[in-house]
Amino acid sequence: MAGLTASAAAMVVLVSACGGTGGGAASAPKNFSYLSVTENTTVRTALTTLSKGACTSANEALPLKVETVPQASLDQKLQLLAGQNALPVQFAAGNAPALTSKLYKAGQVADLEKQLKSLGVYDQLEPGAVSTIKALYGGKLAVLPYEYNIEGIFYNKKIFAANGLSEPQTWDELVAAAAKLQAKGVQAFSASGQQGWPITRLVSGYLYRSLGPDALKDVADGKAKLTDPQYVQAAQAVADLGKKGYFGKGVGSIDYDTAMNQFLSGKAAMFYMGSWALANIADAKQDKVGADNVGFMPFPAVTGGKGSIGQYPSNVGLGITLGAKTFDSKTGAWVSCIAKNYGSTALKDQGAISGFKVNSSVTDANAVTSQVRSTISDSKQNVLWFEALFSTKATTVSQTNAASLVNGTMSAQQFMQTVQDALNAQ
Amino acid sequence: MHRVLGDRRAVAVLLGPALLVYSLIMLVPMLWSLGYAFTKGNTIDGFTGNGVANFSRLLTDPAVHQALWFTLKYAVVVTVGQVAAGYLLALLYVFFLKKASALVRTLVFFPVVLPTVAVGLLFQKFFQVAPQTGPVNSLLNAVGIESVDWFGSAGHAFWVLIIMDIWRSMGFYAVLLFAGLVDIPDEVLESARLDGASGLRLIRHIVLPLSLPVLMSSVIFSVNGTLKVFDSLVALTGGGPGNSTTPLTLYMFQTSFTYSDYGYGSTIALLLTVVCLMVTLVVFRVSRRDLTKG
Repeated sequence: MAGLTASAAAMVVLVSACGGTGGGAASAPKNFSYLSVTENTTVRTALTTLSKGACTSANEALPLKVETVPQASLDQKLQLLAGQNALPVQFAAGNAPALTSKLYKAGQVADLEKQLKSLGVYDQLEPGAVSTIKALYGGKLAVLPYEYNIEGIFYNKKIFAANGLSEPQTWDELVAAAAKLQAKGVQAFSASGQQGWPITRLVSGYLYRSLGPDALKDVADGKAKLTDPQYVQAAQAVADLGKKGYFGKGVGSIDYDTAMNQFLSGKAAMFYMGSWALANIADAKQDKVGADNVGFMPFPAVTGGKGSIGQYPSNVGLGITLGAKTFDSKTGAWVSCIAKNYGSTALKDQGAISGFKVNSSVTDANAVTSQVRSTISDSKQNVLWFEALFSTKATTVSQTNAASLVNGTMSAQQFMQTVQDALNAQ
Repeated sequence: MHRVLGDRRAVAVLLGPALLVYSLIMLVPMLWSLGYAFTKGNTIDGFTGNGVANFSRLLTDPAVHQALWFTLKYAVVVTVGQVAAGYLLALLYVFFLKKASALVRTLVFFPVVLPTVAVGLLFQKFFQVAPQTGPVNSLLNAVGIESVDWFGSAGHAFWVLIIMDIWRSMGFYAVLLFAGLVDIPDEVLESARLDGASGLRLIRHIVLPLSLPVLMSSVIFSVNGTLKVFDSLVALTGGGPGNSTTPLTLYMFQTSFTYSDYGYGSTIALLLTVVCLMVTLVVFRVSRRDLTKG
């Protein structure tokens, strides 16, 4: 037995020695490899366009190679690749900013501020996008602003007009509008309970409007708990929408595409979403309602609340970053070309707004895109979303339980307690 | 033959390669994982010693209790379901369909060869409530019952999962048990019939005892397979709603690879190993006693 243990121990040492040096892919990259999430088509489409257009020379030196992974498996994949020193040149940086920051601390993510400054293209980033990134990633420019989104409620103008509704300014008006629509047999909201976040966003929206822009920062700093009555009240308000059936049937089984489709085919009147949905709205194949019939409104105010309707939740999408170990001059050529050209390409071809400057004049695809762009440039103060400052575990727990909150299998108190427990566990 | 097996060198040559491969791909990772159970960290941050903190956390973590309870509940229900359904099918093949059973056997076996993910998606569509009403809910509507959100509550999702897994695997157990039943000598059955045993009595007193060894093997297969359930769950419910259909395997996977806590993940893996080991020991003990009686 002792012999067996000794030989097993020797084997572990042997294999771990291999593990330490094996798989070291830190040599010069052969491709501009990009690991994208399957769900995001905007960035890889725009990069492919650039590789054949403005970035042809960078692409000849280092050909673009896109690989995709479902968003739900992204974190696992990144951790395994990082453990083997085999991260691609550019990659979606994880579902929660917590993971990206961890990779950054471990020296796996390039210091983009330094790199962009030395390439002379740092001024190609929109200042608003830079400040959003820094707020999320502990003061570091850890990802590139391939997207720059604000979030709010898209609504179907035709349905609103047919039912004599105007843009709700307060939560109570929103609830009243939903009740009116429901009475007429129109589904008020479409939301993906399978993704969860479109529902928890409503909870955070309510929190920001009722308790002010620091509501969730206070939770992260330990000054408040999600189980405090004023926090539970926000979850209750959203649970009530579900209880009355405003999200339609089986919200937990609705995936992202289905929710989008319900809104764009006119089956639901309102859709809480980020401005990245403009790409879908501009696409006539998907949008049966017509872009001109889509309006955008901020999350409504909560009567007597401390927040203001002008504070928009903003984000840079699922962050995309570059590996520290593969950042060489050829990668630099790509990055500098992207910084100069991505903004206009994404906007022109797909109506997608990024945090890169738009260097050639682009006519907006439709009125709602212009509205969102002007809102972005006018917005003074931004807020983050529900899970922005959560650990990976609390993020998962929050998003997987969101559907239970609105279908009534979990009370508001239970939901907030479950998420708070997950926060405490880290 | 005896001379060859008596030679130590021959034994080493014959056993060596298999033992080496087994050690490398089974024992080493197991011991390695055991080592991780005393650490905290992941491949990005590196690992630091953590004493027995993971074990004390295991005792107090409500999610582990929930996952353990779900794992056991699932294992018991599915094992009973798939072995019973398999046994009934096997009896059907041998005593009623007889020579004509080949087609039915093939049809019932068919789901076994389908990829689990495809079966998961099939059942999702079968039981879905939105965006389209699935066949099951349509059927309910047809008889005047309201649609049920099958994946919206823990109780419903559990039963859909059970139905799916029994449907998926009963063909396999039917074939396994069929092989056992075919082995029962015709003379024994014939003489029992002459003595007046028929129908249920024949099965209870002759068929069941004689097919007990293969029945026990099926139970061991089934228990160990169901304790380690992973793919069908991920494909059908993803562990939800919330974590209500999350077994130990999935919780271990999430803890290690999603929450990047390899140490605690290994501790959960160890718990699963101990559970599997205990169940196997119990089943072995029970089967041995019964066999000597029979």
